[in-house]
Amino acid sequence: MELFLYTALFSPLVGSLFAALFGASPKTKIAGVVPSIMLGVSLLSSTILLVLVLTTGHTIHVEMMTWMATGNLYIPFGFVVDQVSVTMMMVVTLVSTVVHVYAIGYMDHDKGFNRFFSYLSAFVFSMMILVMSDNFAGLFIGWEGVGLCSWLLIGFWYHKESASWAANEAFIMNRIADLGMLIGIFLIYWNTGTLQYDGAFAAMANLDASTLTWIGIFLFVGAMGKSAQFPLHTWLADAMEGPTPVSALIHAATMVTAGVYLVVRANELYALIPHIGLFIASLGAFVAIFAASMALVNRDIKRVIAYSTLSQLGYMFVAAGLGAYWVALFHLMAHAFFKALLFLGAGNVMHAMDSELDPFKMGGLGKKMKGTMIMMTLASVALAGIYPFAGFFSKDLILEVGFVEHHYIIYTVLLFTAGLTAFYSFRIVALIFHGEERYKLFGFHPHEAYKFMLVAMSPLLVLAIIAGSFKMTYFDMVTYVLPATEYHVHNHLVYWIMTIGTQLFVILSIFYAYKKYTSRDVKVPDGTSAMENSFKYKLLINQYYIPYFYEEYLVKPYRELSEIFWTKIDQKIVDATVDGIANVFYQTGEKTRVMQSGNLSTMLKWMVAGTVALLSLAVVFGLAARHSGEIKIFLSGLGV
Amino acid sequence: MEIGLNHYLVLSTILFAIGLVGVMRRKNLLMLFFATEILLNAVNISFAAISHYYGDLTGQMFVFFVIAIAASEVAVGLGLLIVWHKKHNNIDLDNMSTMRG
Repeated sequence: MELFLYTALFSPLVGSLFAALFGASPKTKIAGVVPSIMLGVSLLSSTILLVLVLTTGHTIHVEMMTWMATGNLYIPFGFVVDQVSVTMMMVVTLVSTVVHVYAIGYMDHDKGFNRFFSYLSAFVFSMMILVMSDNFAGLFIGWEGVGLCSWLLIGFWYHKESASWAANEAFIMNRIADLGMLIGIFLIYWNTGTLQYDGAFAAMANLDASTLTWIGIFLFVGAMGKSAQFPLHTWLADAMEGPTPVSALIHAATMVTAGVYLVVRANELYALIPHIGLFIASLGAFVAIFAASMALVNRDIKRVIAYSTLSQLGYMFVAAGLGAYWVALFHLMAHAFFKALLFLGAGNVMHAMDSELDPFKMGGLGKKMKGTMIMMTLASVALAGIYPFAGFFSKDLILEVGFVEHHYIIYTVLLFTAGLTAFYSFRIVALIFHGEERYKLFGFHPHEAYKFMLVAMSPLLVLAIIAGSFKMTYFDMVTYVLPATEYHVHNHLVYWIMTIGTQLFVILSIFYAYKKYTSRDVKVPDGTSAMENSFKYKLLINQYYIPYFYEEYLVKPYRELSEIFWTKIDQKIVDATVDGIANVFYQTGEKTRVMQSGNLSTMLKWMVAGTVALLSLAVVFGLAARHSGEIKIFLSGLGV
Repeated sequence: MEIGLNHYLVLSTILFAIGLVGVMRRKNLLMLFFATEILLNAVNISFAAISHYYGDLTGQMFVFFVIAIAASEVAVGLGLLIVWHKKHNNIDLDNMSTMRG
């Protein structure tokens, strides 16, 4: 079985290295095909492991090699396949296989085709390390690896100013959060003496509450960065500068869920500090509605989906924070499927529209792109949580968790967000695929994507539809390692009112969005309508002015401060000191080299002078040694 | 007044000082050689005197070595001097500065 573990882990690396061989050469189809096949192999191995874990309940734990062993510190490269990590492995390998195959078509005309696949597979490898590691150090390696690959891929079109800016923003924000996570890991090591999950969590039961609280906070800071929770959320929307398959894989399905994974993995820690859990849940609920509100007005389809991701991550954190770890993981899985599908669909639309992202400039594309339309519509239905799609089971479950745990404010917020989710999802679906064919005004000639791209997307479609039916199987499996709490509203009447009420609310939102945005009155906004000039709209379209705030009150002062440090401290003090020391030597050399005039007579004089100096020294020291006793008495008389 | 060790040492010191001044002041290469010879022989005098004073032959043996080495040094030096003179037609030290630093 270890063989399958290693195959699942390392075949993406092989694919990445293979594509890297072609990094500098022009587009080679094989550089895309081989990584995709390697991903397929990884998917197959993960599936075998899943079946094994599912049927026997065994977990696999291997120690590949020693990584660090000094004194009391012992960190191995160890990997574990248990019910939690196998879920993540399945999600990661499945979505990335789909995305790889899709990208062969999507990146068809791109000069960086080979490079792209190298980065993409390297990302999958890092993500696999992140989810499979059996200790915090390995998790951190994967954590940084995915951050690096995310940076490479957001800035993939590095010649675009905005893309490299967004890449740097994402990387720097993540670094800030990673510092928190690193402190958390140090605290764990300091207090428990180990970084292995089992050992560390076992030792945590004996620690005092304040230490645990700090560990929990710092680890969650790391999770906030990776999962783009408020206030570190701005990078995710900007990360949409990357190619769309990247958005689908990294910024929707896998990397951004690493934070949720971390909280789920550390469930034994968070179970000990429920107040931090409650904070996580509250923040999650806030982010859910906060992000959803920004998605309402945005005029960029990828950004809308990005905000939607943010909002769904909020849902996951609500579940994880309230202790419903398996629910969080289940929603993570279901969300990965339909969100990746939505992104890939958006990619098709972008392709058809020559990279135009404003849905107001589209409209009526359904006629040209039937396949994409069906997929995106179904994915949106799943996202909205309509029975019997995946979202219904996972998202409504989170609502139930909030209700059952008596956090009615969180419940209400999430319920309202569910309506918003349905509204913005169908807002873009309606704007893109239905209504007037506004694209004709702008001279676009849309066309459907390659057949194989649609075929590649279909597994996601199937899973987005049926994933919900695995709920109980999944529950049985994953609760080997996670707390097995079932969340049922015991009163049947309440349960039905809740479910049907939610469904009705969501369906109404869908119809409202549909009606509003398929009408003939939809025009390309030109900044003159009353709505666009209202305060609410301005607030939302400018993302609550948070990026503006960061730019104006953090980035600029920091830059000015750096400027001062540079010109005043670095140049005037540090540089001056170093230069001064160098100057002393330089000047000394300049002065003394005159001695070496090459004139024999002069040199002889210097020689004599040197001899005399040495001789006098010798005489002085000789005298001093002979009269040392008297000198001591003399000095003590002086009071030295 | 009997001539004792101190007299020899004083003579040696005076000769050494004369030689030292010669080394420093002379600009003529030949004179420089003379000055070096004076230096060496000043040392020889003190060697021989001290050797006699202590009744130990080691010092006198050293004197022989010094004389032999001084002779060979002068032989080589004079050879170079002649070649230099043939080439440059003078033996002024101030002109010998091709190794200027």
